[in-house]
Amino acid sequence: MRGAVSLETAFLCVFPSSHFERRCTLRILESGIGELIQPPDLDAFREWNRERKSRAMVDKLMTEEEAIARFVTDGCYLGTELYGTVRAPMSLVRELIRQGKKDLRLVGQGVLETDLLLGAGVVAEMDLTYIGLELYGTSQVFRRAAENGRLRRIVEWSNGALTWRFKAAAMGVPFLPVRVMLGSDTFKYSAAKIAECPFTGQRVCLVPALILDVTLMHVHRADRYGNAQIDGISGFAHEIARASKRLIISAEEIIDTEEIRRYPERTIIPYFLVDAVVHAPFGSHPGEMAYMYARDEDQLKEWVEASRTEEGTQAYLTKYIYSLSNHREYLEFIGQERLEALKAAMEGR
Amino acid sequence: MSEQPYNLTELLICVAARQIPDNVTVFVGTGIPMLAASLAQKMHAPNLMPIFEFGGVGARLEIPPRAVGGSRTFYKAIGAYGICEVLETAGRGFVDYGFIGGAQIDPYGNVNSTIIGPQYYPPKIRLPGSGGGNDVGSLVWRTIILMRHEKRRFVPKVDFVTTPGYIDGPGAREAAGLPRGSGPYRVVSTLALLDFDEETKRMRLLATHPGVTVDQVVENTGFELIIPDEVGVNEPPTEEELRILREEVDPERFYI
Repeated sequence: MRGAVSLETAFLCVFPSSHFERRCTLRILESGIGELIQPPDLDAFREWNRERKSRAMVDKLMTEEEAIARFVTDGCYLGTELYGTVRAPMSLVRELIRQGKKDLRLVGQGVLETDLLLGAGVVAEMDLTYIGLELYGTSQVFRRAAENGRLRRIVEWSNGALTWRFKAAAMGVPFLPVRVMLGSDTFKYSAAKIAECPFTGQRVCLVPALILDVTLMHVHRADRYGNAQIDGISGFAHEIARASKRLIISAEEIIDTEEIRRYPERTIIPYFLVDAVVHAPFGSHPGEMAYMYARDEDQLKEWVEASRTEEGTQAYLTKYIYSLSNHREYLEFIGQERLEALKAAMEGR
Repeated sequence: MSEQPYNLTELLICVAARQIPDNVTVFVGTGIPMLAASLAQKMHAPNLMPIFEFGGVGARLEIPPRAVGGSRTFYKAIGAYGICEVLETAGRGFVDYGFIGGAQIDPYGNVNSTIIGPQYYPPKIRLPGSGGGNDVGSLVWRTIILMRHEKRRFVPKVDFVTTPGYIDGPGAREAAGLPRGSGPYRVVSTLALLDFDEETKRMRLLATHPGVTVDQVVENTGFELIIPDEVGVNEPPTEEELRILREEVDPERFYI
């Protein structure tokens, strides 16, 4: 008998009639008016991961120039991890700007890295949670880009909403129900939806999976194949690495795979997620790297001052990006003495 | 307040610190919240458990962090996780207090940190956006809001609800789907300490800062505040609080 009932229920789900309709349908109560900048296609993502991501342990070590040239295309949907002043993929971001990539769609939580991308005018659209300079206040380049309408589109989210969007993609599901953004304009200007939960009847916010074209991430160490370790907090590394079609890792140190195998519990990112490995000592500079080097307060302040005007912004970009041909030259320009001082300034465990 | 032996930032930190009891979990950002949590940890709340949104849990707040993901947010911590873990911890009801700030606040404690002006895009003034603000204001039990007390900031209706408070009155949070029993708890402003009336969920004056009158608070508020018959006066920072603040909490004087 029970089997017969469930068969009937299943039938009614396909051809809903009044009695079963509500129980079988996920009722959408409200929709955010923001555009879904990067609509998820879960099966295409699976197929991509099947066909385009090698399971072979191949050497992926390359330079910033090669990694950016090969994997970042104009108009692609880009993410960075962690952020601006903390374990940030700054050498990769500087190279991206140097190569003049354009029309990028960007997901941000951002401080300095997002500021530089906006200042260089390479961003067209944003899924946004926060752009600011933390204790140095609001981002002047972001203000100019938004207030002058130079950004084609901004869609609002919270930190949690964006991270759970990555998590949904990482799980291979089209959305996750969450309990943030409810009752706010952050929701109204997002591309989320509010639904009635089919189990409890409560209102829940549905955040769509976010599959990125490319993610740039800086880590403490990796082997040549892309097996990567991070010390300290992991931000949203776990989720965004699994939500990306292309993943470029830069690492302070390239280590032997035997070292990875000695501490397998530390491998936050396994090699098969990774497309390129870049050896970038001080890759997060002027940001910090936990247990390795402190942030460069003087250069951060220099950016805060420079970014107040368009001319200052361009002068900073010329000084630290356009006039230097790669990360090695950048480090020479910063100088060994200063880098050593930053190492000495980082507290231990 | 020029003759006082403390500045306004120090007073705010002390008043905020006194709102946090011992043995609780607190979401803290950098700046004043972090200094308040650190002061509370060193004064009356040695077991206060600070949680930073990028994953630091239970740090010893010995050196003030300059970024919410900075290494000092997990200095001698009990855990170093990621955003999901700490927000999901709040999601299942483990985070007692959280600090947020903003550019505008309304009588129901709705906070704006996204745009100023009537139009969303392009905006008159663009602010940073939610960040973790909406997550904290949605998920922790008690939200403490830090505000500069000016008429243009305490407004009848915020230009943009980045983080919901009590929305438009009693029951509105629950009806919106937000966790039952959560919401704004205190507002620590540059003039006063405020809370929210249990019945109407509207903002109420609790105590003024030393040297500030009730009239001054009313004049600098752009909506009708509930003024109870008895309004207290916040204790000025004690010598002990000031000593710890200056010598231990922020010896580099980066913030204070």
